[in-house]
Amino acid sequence: MADVAIPRAKPQMSEDNAWTRLKHNRNWLGFWFMVPAMAFLIFFLAYPLGLGIWLSFTDTRIGRVGHFVGVENYEWLWDDSIFWLSVFNTLLYTFVASALKFAIGLYLALLLNENMPFKAMLRAMVLIPFIVPTVLSALAFWWIFDSQFSIISWSLKHLGLINQNINFLGDTTWARICVIFANIWRGVPFVAITLLAGLQTVSPSLYEAATLDGATRWQNFRFITYPLLTPIIAVVMTFSVLFTFTDFQLIWAMTRGGPVNATHLMATLSYQRAIIAGQLGEGAAISSAMIPFLLAAIMVSWFGLQRRKWQQGENND
Amino acid sequence: MTDLPASKVDLKSVLATPARVDNSEGMSYLQSVPRRLVTLYLPLTIIVVVLLFPFYWMALTSVKPDDQLLDLDRFNPFWTWNPTFKHFHKLLFESYYPHWLWNTMYVAICATILSIVASVLAAYAIVRLRYKGANLVGGLIFLAYLVPPSILFIPLATVVFQYGLFDSPLALILTYPTILIPFSTWLLMGYFKTIPFELEECALIDGASRWQILIKIVLPLAIPGLISAFIFCFTLCWNEFIYALTFLQSTSNKTVPVAIVNEFVDGDIYRWGSLMAGALAGSLPLVILYAFFVEHYVSAMTGAVKE
Repeated sequence: MADVAIPRAKPQMSEDNAWTRLKHNRNWLGFWFMVPAMAFLIFFLAYPLGLGIWLSFTDTRIGRVGHFVGVENYEWLWDDSIFWLSVFNTLLYTFVASALKFAIGLYLALLLNENMPFKAMLRAMVLIPFIVPTVLSALAFWWIFDSQFSIISWSLKHLGLINQNINFLGDTTWARICVIFANIWRGVPFVAITLLAGLQTVSPSLYEAATLDGATRWQNFRFITYPLLTPIIAVVMTFSVLFTFTDFQLIWAMTRGGPVNATHLMATLSYQRAIIAGQLGEGAAISSAMIPFLLAAIMVSWFGLQRRKWQQGENND
Repeated sequence: MTDLPASKVDLKSVLATPARVDNSEGMSYLQSVPRRLVTLYLPLTIIVVVLLFPFYWMALTSVKPDDQLLDLDRFNPFWTWNPTFKHFHKLLFESYYPHWLWNTMYVAICATILSIVASVLAAYAIVRLRYKGANLVGGLIFLAYLVPPSILFIPLATVVFQYGLFDSPLALILTYPTILIPFSTWLLMGYFKTIPFELEECALIDGASRWQILIKIVLPLAIPGLISAFIFCFTLCWNEFIYALTFLQSTSNKTVPVAIVNEFVDGDIYRWGSLMAGALAGSLPLVILYAFFVEHYVSAMTGAVKE
């Protein structure tokens, strides 16, 4: 046995330098562990991100390789009223939906944080709209907002509030309201449940102490809940703004940008131009134009709330 | 029969006692019942009803006979006394629906497994191997989480076309991980951080390799995290729309969300019954999965945000 073991040990010793070092060096090991994730992210995320910006400077169409045309696509967009309408729609959609999602979500989180029977079941039920695929619930809304057979119109008519069916998705203002409503409906559970998780980390003794000192419910919320919740609000709202701004599926399933482009967001417009009309370059320019807005939205919601937290911390000192 | 009310009361008091003992009622005794009714139960009921009504409507529409669907005057629209499974029958036996369900499931499971494997390795390396620049890579992965698919789908479509993956499920299996990996890496990093270093040190002293430590020590301890990541990734895949809409063309290859939007809406005659049946059948697998793993799901959602 010993005779066999010795010759075996030798090649191992000689390999030690190259192979074993690769195997045991932390940096190399780390590199090997990162390879699969990095491969995906580089080939299918970083590279396309760069490629998208490059495409926006070319006149590529589907089935035809493009040539560099400089900022021509952007010049086109600059004079394109539909593009500006979509920018306006996107900003309106993001702003209104995010603000209401935050308000309703926070309110719902505070309600769910109270002690009551069937608490766990209620929380589980509240999250269901977030679980169900957006497109499928959007279809349900499409049916609820149908121009002729809408259950809302029917109910309002029977309550005697209106005489005619409301043309929910055919009227520009109503269509915007409906789309924003559907987005809020889907986003509120996410905001509420994540804020609820934050609320549960707030120690009840703080409220008891404040109540003994004569604080009202509003003061409890304003001076205990809100400051302690600020960091998690910043993160949740950053995500919420980001996903609302880049929303695509809800609009596509409900209105496809209609009526008269009143609900076209930048994402849906870029899909229409790039994939349906085949103008890949122009579509890429629209989606690249989203990047600065996105960065700005992230900065505002992130640093805005961070700064407030810092200011409050300083005031307390 | 006479025993029933008595046992009910008994059970109630038994259930209520521990709540009083550990003071979980908090300060709610300060509020009177009518006040709680107005400030808590009423708004909560309204919100929950609004949140759940579309599902009720979806389910009701999918079992209503066609003549009741479009006639709101002769029948009460909020209920039906003669439910029919005609729409589901049509869905299952006269359309590609089972195909689409299978495609969605197949793509979601493959993409989820791929991304979980990649994220486990990446998260372990970032948290525990701490190679040079691990923090920077962690930050970059978080940034990748913030890149939305609606910016990427146009260039990705050209990439998919170049690689010859157009109209194949493989295109989705390979592109979905870009959405899933950043999320699950961050989630798993959080879980791995909670596993004590000492366990790994002991194993290292006993001569275990890094690989053995990961497989035999870290992963078994991180199973709740793995389940959370798996469920959340699976849901995200099932939900994904824009890539599936762009990269797939032939009817039989589509996933449920895309197929319902494109194939079930034919011209002006909306087939509401089968449309809603399709939407319901497409949501049910996720809702059932969710019902079994609520806690994991919530911890995935809040965990990723807290990090």
